[in-house]
Amino acid sequence: MNTSLKLIVESLLFASSEPLTPRQIRDLLPGKDLKEIKHVLQELKNEYEKMDRSFLIREVAQGYQFRSLPLYGPYIANMPSSTPSRLSRAALETLAIIAYKQPIIRQEIERLRGVDVSSLVRMLLKKGLIRIVGRKSLPGRPIIYGTTGKFLEVFDLKDLSSLPTLKEIEELGYGEEG
Amino acid sequence: MTFTTKLEVFEGPLDLLLHLIKINEVDISDIPIATITDQYLEYLDLMKALDINVAGDFLLMASTLMHIKSKMLLPKQKDDFEEIEDPREEIVRSLMEYMRLKEAANELASRDILYRDVFKRGIEMDSPSGQEDINTAEVTLYELMNAFKMIIKKKYPDIVLRFKAESWSVKKKMVEIMKRLKGVKNLYLGDLFSTMGSVSEMIATFLALLELVRTGSINAFQDREGSDIRLEAINK
Repeated sequence: MNTSLKLIVESLLFASSEPLTPRQIRDLLPGKDLKEIKHVLQELKNEYEKMDRSFLIREVAQGYQFRSLPLYGPYIANMPSSTPSRLSRAALETLAIIAYKQPIIRQEIERLRGVDVSSLVRMLLKKGLIRIVGRKSLPGRPIIYGTTGKFLEVFDLKDLSSLPTLKEIEELGYGEEG
Repeated sequence: MTFTTKLEVFEGPLDLLLHLIKINEVDISDIPIATITDQYLEYLDLMKALDINVAGDFLLMASTLMHIKSKMLLPKQKDDFEEIEDPREEIVRSLMEYMRLKEAANELASRDILYRDVFKRGIEMDSPSGQEDINTAEVTLYELMNAFKMIIKKKYPDIVLRFKAESWSVKKKMVEIMKRLKGVKNLYLGDLFSTMGSVSEMIATFLALLELVRTGSINAFQDREGSDIRLEAINK
């Protein structure tokens, strides 16, 4: 019985290009228990890891998703229209400020970077990596920015709390991979 | 015919300061403020000569630096009640904060990024490829400018870089660079400039180069710190 639920969940993950949360899966499977679904998701994740395939199940943006391993990225990147998502240094810095200091207004980003960021913020909004979360009750009612679920998905993050803390970054030193 | 290029500079004054600290190999907590200020102003002049939009942020930083420089020249008066603050302290603080932020950006860049390192299901083979909004320059504007300064200095040791670009067309130079990159894997910056006759031609070429990097037609790389900058055409 447990095995069949596992395979049903597997088929859903297989068919979806977006990360599926345990809740979304439960809504598709009436009568099934959330705890049970979480359990089989974990089992599936472990099984794919052990299988030593070119892909596995990753936890991103609070959901589960089939993803290729970095080792095979260069081959897939050769497929036409695989749309490599490249961000400039300046865009990454702006995104990093928003990710770590959110909710944040543009003026504060500019203070930290020491340069105008309006076109970068527009570009990040267009890419769906950040969003407007509100307006601050300050003169001019400046817009407050935060990151999106897509940001988590693109940067392979389970949730915002899995961003390494800045202190950890200092300990890692330069050029080390997280 | 004169060309006015409106280059958007995403790298700000803090980047320029860090760049200067790096090439001078000095300690961030003990910045030789006179030297760094002079070099900073020199870059500002170069940027103006190249018609790069020098934003107010750059001028503000220039005045801050000059203010610190003048304060450093004053004799220190130790007050009994107040600890004298190093005039450089505030700028060091923002630089440190900025470095932390660069580290955070590095951390993001080193993750397994979707569509760069890892892929999810559902790539459509025939849909048109997405237009990239912003290109990636592997070297910063300042590193490119530094390389350009060195090339000019080598050829014309005594020249002061304050002039107007004329007679050479940036557009033609862009075509020329792309032509030279056709069929070769790389082109080194030094080789690109080696055949040029005048400073104005070099300026036009450099502006063309910046424009090509900005529009994502070419990438600039530096293999080692201080090594010649390598240009590569981006095949679309």
